[in-house]
Amino acid sequence: MAYQLDAKIPAGPIQEKWTNHRFNLKLVNPANKRKFKIIVVGSGLAGGAAAASLGELGYNVECFCYQDSPRRAHSIAAQGGINAAKNYPNDGDSIWRLFYDTVKGGDYRAREANVYRLAEVSNNIIDQCVAQGVPFAREYGGLLDNRSFGGAQVSRTFYARGQTGQQLLLGAYQSLSRQIARGTVKMFPRSEMLDLVLVDGHARGIIVRDLVTGEIRRHAADAVILATGGYGNVFYLSTNAMGCNVTAAYRAYRRGAGFANPCFTQIHPTCIPVSSDHQSKLTLMSESLRNDGRVWVPKKKGDKRPPNEIPEDERDYYLERRYPSFGNLVPRDVASRAAKERCDAGHGVGATGLAVYLDFSDAIQRLGRDVIEARYGNLFQMYEKITAEDPYQVPMRIYPAVHYTMGGLWVDYNLQSTIPGLFVGGEANFSDHGANRLGASALMQGLADGYFVLPYTLGDYLAREADMNVKVGTDHEAFAAAEREVRDKIERLMAVGGKEPVESFHKRLGRLMWDYCGMARNAEGLQKALAEIPKLREEFWAEVRVTGGPDGLNAELEKAGRVADFLEFAELMCRDALHREESCGGHFREEHQTEEGEAKRDDENFSYVAVWEFKGDGEEPELSKEPLTFEHVPLTTRSYK
Amino acid sequence: MELTLHVWRQAGPDQPGRMEIIRATGISEDMSFLEMLDKVNDDLIRDGVEPIHFDHDCREGICGTCSLMINGIAHGPEEGTTTCQLHMRSFQDGDSIYIEPWRSRAFPVIKDLVVDRSAFDRIMQAGGYVSINVGAAPDANSIPVPKEDADLAFDAAACIGCGACVASCPNGSAMLFVSAKIGHLAHLPQGRVEHERRLRAMVAQMDKEGFGPCSNHFECEAVCPKEISARFIGEMNRDFIRC
Ligand SMILES: Cc1cc2nc3c(=O)[nH]c(=O)nc-3n(C[C@H](O)[C@H](O)[C@H](O)COP(=O)(O)OP(=O)(O)OC[C@H]3O[C@@H](n4cnc5c(N)ncnc54)[C@H](O)[C@@H]3O)c2cc1C
Ligand code: FES
Repeated sequence: MAYQLDAKIPAGPIQEKWTNHRFNLKLVNPANKRKFKIIVVGSGLAGGAAAASLGELGYNVECFCYQDSPRRAHSIAAQGGINAAKNYPNDGDSIWRLFYDTVKGGDYRAREANVYRLAEVSNNIIDQCVAQGVPFAREYGGLLDNRSFGGAQVSRTFYARGQTGQQLLLGAYQSLSRQIARGTVKMFPRSEMLDLVLVDGHARGIIVRDLVTGEIRRHAADAVILATGGYGNVFYLSTNAMGCNVTAAYRAYRRGAGFANPCFTQIHPTCIPVSSDHQSKLTLMSESLRNDGRVWVPKKKGDKRPPNEIPEDERDYYLERRYPSFGNLVPRDVASRAAKERCDAGHGVGATGLAVYLDFSDAIQRLGRDVIEARYGNLFQMYEKITAEDPYQVPMRIYPAVHYTMGGLWVDYNLQSTIPGLFVGGEANFSDHGANRLGASALMQGLADGYFVLPYTLGDYLAREADMNVKVGTDHEAFAAAEREVRDKIERLMAVGGKEPVESFHKRLGRLMWDYCGMARNAEGLQKALAEIPKLREEFWAEVRVTGGPDGLNAELEKAGRVADFLEFAELMCRDALHREESCGGHFREEHQTEEGEAKRDDENFSYVAVWEFKGDGEEPELSKEPLTFEHVPLTTRSYK
Repeated sequence: MELTLHVWRQAGPDQPGRMEIIRATGISEDMSFLEMLDKVNDDLIRDGVEPIHFDHDCREGICGTCSLMINGIAHGPEEGTTTCQLHMRSFQDGDSIYIEPWRSRAFPVIKDLVVDRSAFDRIMQAGGYVSINVGAAPDANSIPVPKEDADLAFDAAACIGCGACVASCPNGSAMLFVSAKIGHLAHLPQGRVEHERRLRAMVAQMDKEGFGPCSNHFECEAVCPKEISARFIGEMNRDFIRC
C-alpha cells in the first residue's frame, strides 16, 4: 500500500503558521522530561544542536557519532557561511525575501511552509551562535559583517573567515559538552548505528556497533532522531568526509521510512579538479570566491597557452556572457552545468581538459592583494598546498564536484518521517532545499532543525503518543531480531573471502554514478546504470575481501558495511532520476532542456515530492507523491539572465 | 616513487606493538600522504594482510582527525599542515619514512596509528563553553565586539583539536590546546563572564587526565597545523596566577 503522506502543514497565513503551531503543540511536563529517553544519531550541526537543546530541556538524551569526538562531524568542513534575514546591511533583505529566494533557488521543489519557517528562525540562529561565542567576522565598528553568496543579490551571509562550519559546530559542541557534564546527554563516539528498531510500528531504538571493541549493542528510547548527514559519497569522489555514508538513513528506509527525491544531488561548481585515479576526495573552494573571482575559458578550442599569455579578447567569461544580471554569482547548478558545457565543447583547461579558470587578477588590481588575502587567505593557501600553484599569480583551475544531497528521508512539517517516533534533521532529511540548495543555507537548516524545530515537535510527539509507563526494553524481541540481522550481515561480509578491496568497489560504483547519474542524466544512461549496479553488487558479495575480524577496530569492515548499503541505495537514486522526466535544479535530464541548454521544468506533471517505499529485496520500491502547491512564490521559469 | 615505510603496528590496546618495514611502490608526488597510505593498504589487502589503521575523515585539514608522527614530527615536515594535507612532493624517491602514532600517556593507542583522544573532550566538558540555553540569546548586534578582539578570538578558536601539540611536547602537556579554548572565549564579552571558573575547571581536568606541565619548549606552537600562537599560553598563565 502506498504511503498516505500528510505533511501536517498548519492552517493559517504562512507568516503565522509556525507561531500558531507552536502554541498548539502539546508540552511535556518539566518534571516528566527526564523520564523520556531520546536517541540522537549524529553530532553535526543538526544532531549536536538537537542533543544539546533537548538536554537543556531536561530530556534524557543519548547521542551517537562514528568519529572519535562529536566535534569532528563533517559540518566542521563548511567554509563559506550561514544565511540569515537580519538585513543588517540594509540592502532590502527580509524573512520574505530569504523565503522567496530559497523556494525559487530550489527550483520549486520544496514545501513553502517549511521554507518560510526556516527563514523565520534564521535570525534566532545568529543570536544564539553569537551568545555561544562564535567569532563571526566583524566590522571596525564592532558589529557583524555580511557578504553575498551565490544565488542572492543581497548580503545576508554571516561568516567566520573560511571556517564558518567549524566555528558553528564548535558552538554546538560546546553546548553539547555542557549537557554531557550535566548528565543530561550521554555521548557515544566511535559508535555506528547499523539498524533501526521498530516496536508496534514506532521507532523505539537502534542497534549500534562499538567501533573500538566491535561489540554490537542495543539502545532503546521513546523516540529516535537521525541527523546523519548526506550521502554524496555514493559517488566515491565528493567534497564529503571519507566516513560520510547513507547507512543510517538507508537502514531506516528498509524499515519503512519513505526516501524522498533521492536523485536530487548538488554538484558544486568550484572544486579543485580531479588529478588522477588515486584521488580519495575532492576539495571545495568556497563559492564565496565567485564574489571576486571571474570565471573564464579560452575562446579557442584546445588552447594550451598558459592563462597569463591569453589576451583579454581571447577569453570567454561565459557566466557573465550568458547571465549578465547575476554573472559569476549564478546558483550552483547553473554554474556547474555551464562549466561542463564549456569543457564538453572542448574549451576546458589543464592537463585533463576538465577545468575552467577562476581568475582573481582583476580583483587584486582593484582592491589590492591585502584585501583578497584577508578575504580568502586560507582558501588560497589550501589551493596552493594541493596543486602547488600560487593563485595570486595564476588563475585557479576549478571543476564541479559532488557536494550535497537535497534528497533524504521524507519528513512532515514536524520533521517526523513516515515512521512514528523517527525524526530526521539536517542534510539527512529532504526538506527545505527542493532540487537545488542555495549557498550558506545548509548550516542554517541544520541549526534551525536542531535548535529551534525538533525540541518543540518532538515534545509534542512524546506528550501525545508515548506512554511513560510502557517502556520498551532492549530485551524486546524486536531488538533481538534486529541484532541478529546486523550480526548476520557482518558475518556474511567477513565470509566472502574474495580478493578485491572494498575501496575498489566503491570507486567503481562512484564512476558509474558520476557517468550516468551525475551532472547530466538521460534515460539510456540511467537504464544502463540500473543494469550495471546489481551486477556490481553481486560481484561485491562474491569477490570482496574484508580483512581482520568482527572484533576490535576494523576500518575495512566499517567501509564494507557502508559500501554494501551504497550499492543498494545507488539503484534507488537512478530509479528516481529515471522517473523524473523533467529537469529541475541539480537534476538535469538531457531530454528536457531549452534550446539554449537551460533546464526545463515540467510543473504540470512533476510538481511533487517523490517518496519511495521499500518493498523487500529484489522487489521494486513503490512511489508515492506529495503534491507541492505554490501560493506565495509564483511558479516561474528560473532566470538569472 | 618508491619508499620504505617504518610503521608502528599494534593489534589492540593491550597488545605489544613494534615497528614494521613496509614497502610503498607506485607512489606519485601528487598523492597526499594519506593517499599514499591508501595505496599501501590496497596492496596489503590484495596480499591478504590487514591494512595499516590510521585516523582520518575530512582530508582537508579541518576536522582534526588525522594524526601521525612522520619522521618524528607531528603532521610531518611542512609547517602549518595537517597530515591529510601533506603531499608526497615533500619527499624524495627512495626515502625511508618513519610513521608512528601520537605518543602521550593521555592518548593510549587503540590500534596501529589510532589513539584515544577523549581526554580532550573531557577537558571541554569541564568548562569549555558559555552557559547559555537555546532561546535566551539577545540580538546578535546588541554587544559590539572590537574587531581586534573578534580576530584574536578567532585565531585561538581555529584549533582543530588534533593533539599534535601534546604529541610533540617533551612533557606531554596540553597547554596549547587548553589555552586556545580559554583564549577564544576570554577575548569575547560573551565568554568573559565565566572566564575564571572555566579556567580553573579546565586546568584541573587537564591535570587529572595525566597531561604533563608546560616548561616553555614551545614545540607545540612549532607543529600546530593551525599555527596557534603560544601567546595564549602566556595569557592563560597570567590569568591563572591572578585567580
Ligand atoms: C566542504 C563542504 C563545505 C560546505 N560549506 C557550506 C557552507 O559554507 N554553508 C552551508 O550552509 N553549508 C555548507 N556545506 C554543507 C553543510 O556543511 C552540511 O550540509 C551540513 O553541515 C550537514 O550537517 P548535518 O548535521 O546534517 O550532518 P553532518 O555534520 O555530516 O553530521 C553527521 C553526523 O552523523 C554521524 N553519523 C553518520 N552516520 C552515522 C551512523 N551510521 N551511526 C552513527 N553516527 C553516524 C556522524 O558521525 C556525524 O556526527 C558544506 C559542505 C561541505 C562538504
Ligand atoms: S583528516 Fe580532517 S584534518 Fe586531516
